[in-house]
Amino acid sequence: MNGATAPQAGARNLLASYDAGIFYDELFGNADKPAGHTRLIRERLNQLDFEDLRRRATDAEKELYNLGITFLIYAAQGAEDRILPFDVIPRVISAREWAHLEAGIKQRVATLNLFLHDIYHDQKILKDGIIPAELVLGNANFRPQMAGLDVPFDTYIHIMGVDLVRDREGTFRVLEDNGRVPSGVSYVVENRHMMQRVFPDLMRDIGIRPVDNYGHKLLEAMSEIAPVAEGDPEVALLSPGSYNSAYFEHIFLAREMGVPLVEGRDLVVENHRVYMKTTDGLAPVHSIYRRIGDDFLDPTAFNPDSLLGVPGILEAYRRGNVALANAIGTGVADDKAVYAYVPRMIKYYLDQDALIPNVDTRICREHDALTYTLDNLDKLVVKPVGEAGGYGITIGPRASKAELDDCRAKLIADPANYISQPVVDLSVCPTVTPDGIEPRHVDLRPFAVTGSKTWVLPGGLSRVALQKGTLIVNSSQGGGSKDTWVLENGGAA
Amino acid sequence: MNLLARYAENIFWMARYMERAENLARVLDVQETFVRDERGGTNWLSVVQLYADEEAFLKRHAVASAETVVAFYLLDATNPNSIVSTIRAARENARTLRPWISTEMWSQINVFYNQLLALTPRDVAMPHLSRVCRMVKEACQTHTGITEGTFYRDQGWYFYQMGKAIERADQTTRLLDIKYHTLLPSPDDLGSSLDMQQWCTVLRSAAGYHAFRRVYPRGMTPTTVAGFILFNEGFPRSVVMCVRQIDGLLTRLKSRYTLRRGSEAMEKVDELLAALLSRPIEAVIADGLHEYLDWVQSQLIGITAEIGHAFFGQEPAPLAQVEVQ
Repeated sequence: MNGATAPQAGARNLLASYDAGIFYDELFGNADKPAGHTRLIRERLNQLDFEDLRRRATDAEKELYNLGITFLIYAAQGAEDRILPFDVIPRVISAREWAHLEAGIKQRVATLNLFLHDIYHDQKILKDGIIPAELVLGNANFRPQMAGLDVPFDTYIHIMGVDLVRDREGTFRVLEDNGRVPSGVSYVVENRHMMQRVFPDLMRDIGIRPVDNYGHKLLEAMSEIAPVAEGDPEVALLSPGSYNSAYFEHIFLAREMGVPLVEGRDLVVENHRVYMKTTDGLAPVHSIYRRIGDDFLDPTAFNPDSLLGVPGILEAYRRGNVALANAIGTGVADDKAVYAYVPRMIKYYLDQDALIPNVDTRICREHDALTYTLDNLDKLVVKPVGEAGGYGITIGPRASKAELDDCRAKLIADPANYISQPVVDLSVCPTVTPDGIEPRHVDLRPFAVTGSKTWVLPGGLSRVALQKGTLIVNSSQGGGSKDTWVLENGGAA
Repeated sequence: MNLLARYAENIFWMARYMERAENLARVLDVQETFVRDERGGTNWLSVVQLYADEEAFLKRHAVASAETVVAFYLLDATNPNSIVSTIRAARENARTLRPWISTEMWSQINVFYNQLLALTPRDVAMPHLSRVCRMVKEACQTHTGITEGTFYRDQGWYFYQMGKAIERADQTTRLLDIKYHTLLPSPDDLGSSLDMQQWCTVLRSAAGYHAFRRVYPRGMTPTTVAGFILFNEGFPRSVVMCVRQIDGLLTRLKSRYTLRRGSEAMEKVDELLAALLSRPIEAVIADGLHEYLDWVQSQLIGITAEIGHAFFGQEPAPLAQVEVQ
């Protein structure tokens, strides 16, 4: 530290010169919707001194590193442990806002499970022409092996992460569904633990809903779906191994659930039943939270080159001898093109309007949508449908002429591979930066766990784009995270 | 709760690597502090010989000096037997074991490893060597203490202690062997003050000097020192004590967890223990201590292989099969 004074240095006015600009602010709200529920938190923050805040933030990051709460990043020099940068100023959601979000997420999970059951059984939604059949049946993540198979409680997506953003008006919108192997929940819980250690004074008597029963809820769901009539089912977490970038999360979840963390090489299938290799020989496994994709799950059924999976597990699953979460073939429901139809699905299956609206989305496989997209390329965000992690996205207003030309060429060559959306002015949240407290864009990924019924973890992962002005919050692209506080009824104010 | 075979193996090796690093730090520290012969130098090559690393060492360094040997055994990440490599291996095992071990166990190893990575050649140069060795030794002992205080007592605990005991027994035989293998001076020097000083060194490396003095308040002969290090029933690093421990651990592991496997390993341990208890030190020395220690080491390797076969799901080693036939 070079002793330079920060603009906000000095006690009792930490947020005095903070300006969110045109964006909706998570701590202050906006002129139309001031955030009354954060008053006490703002007052407490204001009493902190910037250097003290920075010192505590540094301590927190050091502790994350020492605890190994890290992800592996593959750089030129080899694999490296990195922490997900942690910002100490929390993102706060009122009890009322949360009740709305929770209901909206449950509605979405219910709909996508109904959709998956339908397309792997009678395909009514395709016959009724609500969604183009080729979009579903021609989807790389549609698994014919699942056709006609019944799964416990008709639940396919047991663990779902819904990416939400908040627009300039303060309206939450769904940006993306994650129904395969959504990650990030470990940071939700660890961020809270970190805040409790570093900022007990800020949190005291606020009334923040706890998040540390996630593992318990997950184990409950995993046990519910296990094909065991009596006694305790053996649950395991299947990981690709310690070199996977999300290995910390696998460790975290296995620990929280109190179940073994296994790799493909620890499991064998005999007589269509799954066993793990223990010090006393083979022991049966009934329910597996798998953190590897469909492609790698079973080399005899899917990618034959996969060394991560378990030969024969698909057949064991088809015979109902083992439960898998998430089910095989859920990727067709969180596809970026299918996403555009989810509001219509909600209407179709539940006869309800979507509680949380989508971001307006145009599906470039449709002629009018393609024309509109090409005509307004400089105003739109264009996303390839198959990519995750923020890769391959063109943000029109920020793209160079060459980038726009490149995007145009790709769109014309393969329109079905793209969707377009207007730029959402993501909400911001006060964030500690080297230049003081500044607004940075955030999103929110809540997590829902579903066995016989759906439970939503209060809050979720608030990712923050640490680079000034950038909208991309993904950890692989330099994003960080914040603790997310859902207030109890009557909490804070 | 079932223990994954792979985890059992990781636990066993995590314990071994931590024990190995501690011993290595002891050897380097004592070497620097005590082994100075009359000609003012220190025989650093003996450390290399202790670990049978001559070939790998001479590929990197022409001369065995304090600088080169310390560099080779402390910070050389390309030497698999260096402290930094050993702790890296312990950390890799601990990393895999994070769902199983306590957070404090993992965090301490992780911080320790990062501390080692931050060391520069300057930090380990001669005036600071002793301090660095103490840091390593203490970090390993901290690990032992945290493990004792936080590791859940189930099967895993037995594999942990077995790994530790096997490694310790192996290290003790090596420490003793260095004396006969390489330090053995000309017959004229036997019993001279130089010889005694080196025997003291051996004892001190194993933190056994004071313990030895309790048993033998006066005098020190190669025979009493070797006998003490090999066979004493109260010295925690003696080979007999370590092997007794392995024996007890295997027995309790099998009975408490009704594990069906491991009988071959137990037979081998019993065999080794019987052999250790059957002959007085004088007879061992008369027949050749070096050959004896070699045999003990090969028995420990055999026990490790049997444990691997019984509990870690490893195929039996082809060599072991030949022996059986």
